[in-house]
Order: sequence, then structure tokens, then C-alpha cells
Amino acid sequence: MKRISVMLVVVMAAVLALTAAAVAQPVTINFLNFSSSGENEGNLQAMKEIFEAQNPDIKVNIETIGYGDYFVRLMTAVVGGNIPDAFELNFENFAAYASKGTLMPLEDLMAKTGFDPAVSDPNALNAFSVDGVQYGLPFSFSNVIVLYNKELFDRAGVDYPTSEWTWWDQLDAAKKIRALGDDIFGIFQPIQFHEFYKVVRQNGGALLSDDGTQFTINLPQNVETLQYLVDRVQKYNVMPTEEQLSGMGDWDLFAAGRLGMLVTGSWAFPYMTANCDFEWDIAVEPGNTTKATHFFANGLVIGHNTKHPEEAFRWIQFLSTSREAAEIRVKAGWELPAVTDPEVIALYTATTPPENKAAVFESLQYLVTPPVVEQFAELSDIIGRYLGEARDGFLTPQEALDMAQMEAEARIALK
Amino acid sequence: MSKRLTVFLFLLPSLCGLVIFSIIPIGTSLYLSLTEWDVIGGPPRFHGLKNFWDIFANEEFLRVLSNTLYFIVLYIPLILAAALGVAILLNNKYPGVGLYRTIYYVPVLTSWVAAALLWKWLLNPKYGAVNALLGMVGITGPSWLHSKSWAMPGIVLASVWKDVGYFALIILAGLQGIDTTYYEAAEIDGANWFQKLVKITVPLVTPSLFFVAIISVINSFQLFPQVMVMTEGGPGGATQVFVERIYNYAFRYYKMGYAASYSWILFVFIFAATLIQLKLQKRWVHYES
Repeated sequence: MKRISVMLVVVMAAVLALTAAAVAQPVTINFLNFSSSGENEGNLQAMKEIFEAQNPDIKVNIETIGYGDYFVRLMTAVVGGNIPDAFELNFENFAAYASKGTLMPLEDLMAKTGFDPAVSDPNALNAFSVDGVQYGLPFSFSNVIVLYNKELFDRAGVDYPTSEWTWWDQLDAAKKIRALGDDIFGIFQPIQFHEFYKVVRQNGGALLSDDGTQFTINLPQNVETLQYLVDRVQKYNVMPTEEQLSGMGDWDLFAAGRLGMLVTGSWAFPYMTANCDFEWDIAVEPGNTTKATHFFANGLVIGHNTKHPEEAFRWIQFLSTSREAAEIRVKAGWELPAVTDPEVIALYTATTPPENKAAVFESLQYLVTPPVVEQFAELSDIIGRYLGEARDGFLTPQEALDMAQMEAEARIALK
Repeated sequence: MSKRLTVFLFLLPSLCGLVIFSIIPIGTSLYLSLTEWDVIGGPPRFHGLKNFWDIFANEEFLRVLSNTLYFIVLYIPLILAAALGVAILLNNKYPGVGLYRTIYYVPVLTSWVAAALLWKWLLNPKYGAVNALLGMVGITGPSWLHSKSWAMPGIVLASVWKDVGYFALIILAGLQGIDTTYYEAAEIDGANWFQKLVKITVPLVTPSLFFVAIISVINSFQLFPQVMVMTEGGPGGATQVFVERIYNYAFRYYKMGYAASYSWILFVFIFAATLIQLKLQKRWVHYES
């Protein structure tokens, strides 16, 4: 009798242990990303540890690959049928993946988990939807502002830039700063696709028709815009030519104190803080007929055939919207979390320089998104090549944009 | 019969490798070249020769071809002359010649990415060593990689530096195979240094030069890492070449079928160039005996 009861206890204990194990057996989510590679792998790891502590039923298996190899690796995974449960996509590649059915639409998951869109920055969130269907959540984003060197402005006797500035105020200031010395330049703003689609919007132009069915690359407003950009290089030379730049990076030129204004992203702040031995600040970009600013965003998406959609969604939701993840990001200076949480924003704004961090958020009012085209990389290369030809004086802006229009029409399929 | 089986079994490991890593990929790429395939959106769709028509109808193809030919026209004479010159210098007997042979071979062992980054700096218009040297002799150097007309010569320069050791070694082997009695006989007849070079050394080393010419033309068509690191095909498409385009179409533009067609066109060009060289060799290559 005694032996039987002992056995009974043992059996019950075993059964209990087994059930407990079955209940606690966590689900493993594979997560592929590039943006933590290099300096931020530790920060992503810290986010994962908090997430796993909060969600004992989920384990996250992070795989980090450098940007250069990331998309080849992802492509191989997709062809081989091993799409990660959750992964990261930059905006350039997002449309292609979303429209090919590789990604899981998030509507059902958002409804099921009670996702509140109000916690996400609306522009960043909107960037990861196609035709009204949400396919991704923003991981991080950075927007573009104007950095300026206060010392050069003082020496040239020019007032600091304000949000009310137009192209022409900026050009005047650039001319006065250029006059300070042979190797001092007024402004640098890359003449390439990522800038151009936005600058044309500042002048009432656009590269695509409103319904996205036609290219409008050589609209008169766009030609005028390119003329303005090229004149700054060729005519006024307030911006260095490729030869004057001779391989020097625009960030280095600014950090060397030889550049009055630099149009670049908020991700430059940690670098400038470490490398500039002069006072600098930021301002919202000027416009011509209207204001327009742009941003770069990386999104988090879910593979269309994942076995654990809900767990994957909880993970990307945590990365995208949780205060914990956002705080790690802000403290590390790892871009900007795409959240509306006032405390996080206050923490971000309090980190200086630049003093005028509010300009980062003010810029968001004027955001325009890049044209959503499946063949984004190809379009960006085609237009970029012709912009370069115009910048270097081989083609007039009209010729360059006419040719870009023809080539884009011939090579890029639109809806 | 059992003997055949034994042979076959012994060959099996390398045959497997050949079939899996060469024959099947070649067949697959040929098939893909006849399809439209964006890789991430499902299986390839067959559409016949359309890729090829599209490639030939696009002016980009002419640009890529002429950029490649521009590279070849600059690179081949330079590499042949440089490799022959270095080989002749290394063929003498003087103290430390072994060290020099090693030094010339070091760039060959260097990774192209490292070498290309180095050359990007050497060719920097303002701060680079190349223009500083040119400046010493009173020449204002061009802006190299930032200029449409000088970017390709810049890449040629880097390529010659990187490859000269390898080809010099091949020619050196050829030089050492030349029988010294020819030189002795020529000296008795009163031939000077230059005459010996032109009448004996060069003709007898032509088989090695021929090999170098073939290999370097093939390499030129496959020009890639130096372009990706130094110019990424720019400025303004002035250094876009075959493999650079194939890479972009396949892995950045999601046009795998198109990229496969491009690579078959590249294959045909290389094949034709090699055939032509084989035909022409009778005119200039002298085999001993």
C-alpha cells in the first residue's frame, strides 16, 4: 500500500512536470535584421531580454546581417522557403516584398492584439502600408533637417535659419558664407534621387502622378527645381562640385568647419556631437512654394507563411511601440523611435546638441513619402544617374529630366 | 566491365561536384535567361527570348559594351608591357631578386576590396599620391574617379598594379625556358642588348604572352570588384560593366531572368573573343621546335 502510494505520487509528479513543460514550452521566433549590425547589436539584445522577460512563452532568435549582404541573404531565404517569422525591410525594398505576397497583412493581428495606432507616429506607420493595407510597423526612422555651423553664420553676419526660410533666404546665406574663403562652402545637399523627390515637392512638383500610374519626371516645376539645385553648384558655387569635394564626405566637410549648411538626416547627430569643435544647430528645411521634408524608415514585417503570426506580431509590436525599446534607442542615439509617447519624445528632445531638437519634430509636419514603386532601386539608379549628369554640367536640367522620363517610362512598370 | 565501374566510382566524387556546382547551375541559368523571375514573388515565368530583345534594345547595353571595350583597350597593352618589363627585370641574377619577386606578387594576394579602397585614396584628386607625383613633374592631375573620362583609366591603373605580379610570374617562367645558347650565338654575331630583346626574347616568350593575353581579356570582361568598390558604376554610368549590371539586376532590381540573359551574352562575348585570339595566334605566336 505504501509502495503504491509512493508510485502514485511519482507518477503524478511526472505527469505534472510533463504538462508544465508542455505549457511553458516557449515558441521560438526567428528575427532577421540589419540595422543593429555594427554598433547596436547589444542594444537589440537588451530589447530582446526585456521582451522575453515580459513574454515567457516566446523566445526570439535574432540573426543580424550587415546591410551589404542582407538583401541577398533574405532573397535566398525567400527562394528556399525559409522566410523568417519576422524581419526588417528598408523602405526601398518594402514595396517589392509587400506586392509580391511575401509579407503577411497585419490587419487581423492588429485587431486581435488590440493594437492602438495612436502610439505610432502616423507618417512612419503609413509608410508601411500599400493600397491601404498595413504590412509593417516602423522599426526606426530618421528625418532630414538642415544642420548649420553657427560660427560661420556669425562670421558672415547672417541670421540663423528659421522655419520660415525659403530657398532664396537659404541661397543668400550660402552666398555670404561662401564669400568667407576659397575653401569654405555655403551649403551641401546631395543631388540624388532621395533628395530630389522631396525638393520637387517643395516647388509644387512630383515625380509620379497623384494616382501613381504615370511618371511626371520632366514637369516644368521639376526642371525649375533641378535648375535651382544645379545653379548652386555650377553658377554660384555655394555648393562644392565633385572635383572640389574630391572624395571628401559631406559630413567630414561640415565637421571640418568648412560648410555653412548641410542637408542631412538626424542620424548625423552622434557623429557631429563627437566631431565638431564649433557650435552647431539644426533647422527645418526651407521650401519654395510649399514646405516638404522627408524621412528614412526601416520597417518590421512578418513572413506570409509563419507558423506563429501572433507571437511574431507581439515581438515587432514591442520593438516598434514599447516605451522600453524606445528608451534604449533614445539613450543609445540609435535613430528615432517611431512613437508618440510624450515621455520618450521629451527624453529625445533633452539630449543635446543640437539645441533645437524640436525642429526634428516640427519637420514631421511636412513629411512627404517617396514614390511607392516596386522597382525602387532601379528607378533610383536611373534618375540618380541623370541628376549626376546635370550636376556635373554634361546635360542641362531639361535634357536630363527629359531623358530620365523616357528611360523610366521604358524600364519601370507602374500600376 | 568491372574495370569501368571502378573507374567510374573513382571519378564519382569529382563528377558529383562538377554536376552539382557547374552543370546544373549552367543549365538553370540558361533556363532562367528565358524567363521573367523576380525571385521573391513565386516561380519563374517563361517568356522566350524577350530578355535578350530588351537588352539589345536598351542603349544601356551599348554603354556597358563600350565601357568594357574601353577598359580592354587600355588595360591589355599596359598589362602586357608592364608584365613583360617586370618579368625581364626579375629574370636577372642580382642580390635580393627573390625578395623583389615576392614583393611584386603581394598585390595579387591582396583582397580586391582592400586594394580598391587603397586606390580610391591614391587616386583622390586633391590628397592622393598619384596626383601629388604628377604635380612634381608639373602636371595637374585629373579628378580620376570623379570624372566621366578619367574614371575608367583610374580603374585600369589599379588593375594593372594588382595583376602585374601574376602575369609577370607566368612570363618569367617562359623567359627561363629560353635556351641560353641563342643569346650566346647572338653575342658572338655582335648583337646588342636591344636586338637580343626584340629578336630572341620577345619571339620566344610569345607563347606565355599569348596565355597572358587570353586570360587577361577574359578577366577584363569579368571586371567587377574594383568597379563596385571604387565607382559603383559611376560617374554617370561611365564605369558600368557587364558583371556590375548582372549583379544589380539580379540582387538589387529583382530581375533574375534579365540578369541571367545578360550573363549569357557576356559568355558569348568571352567565347568569341577567345576564339578570335586562338585564330590570330598563328600570326604572332612562335612555338619552339
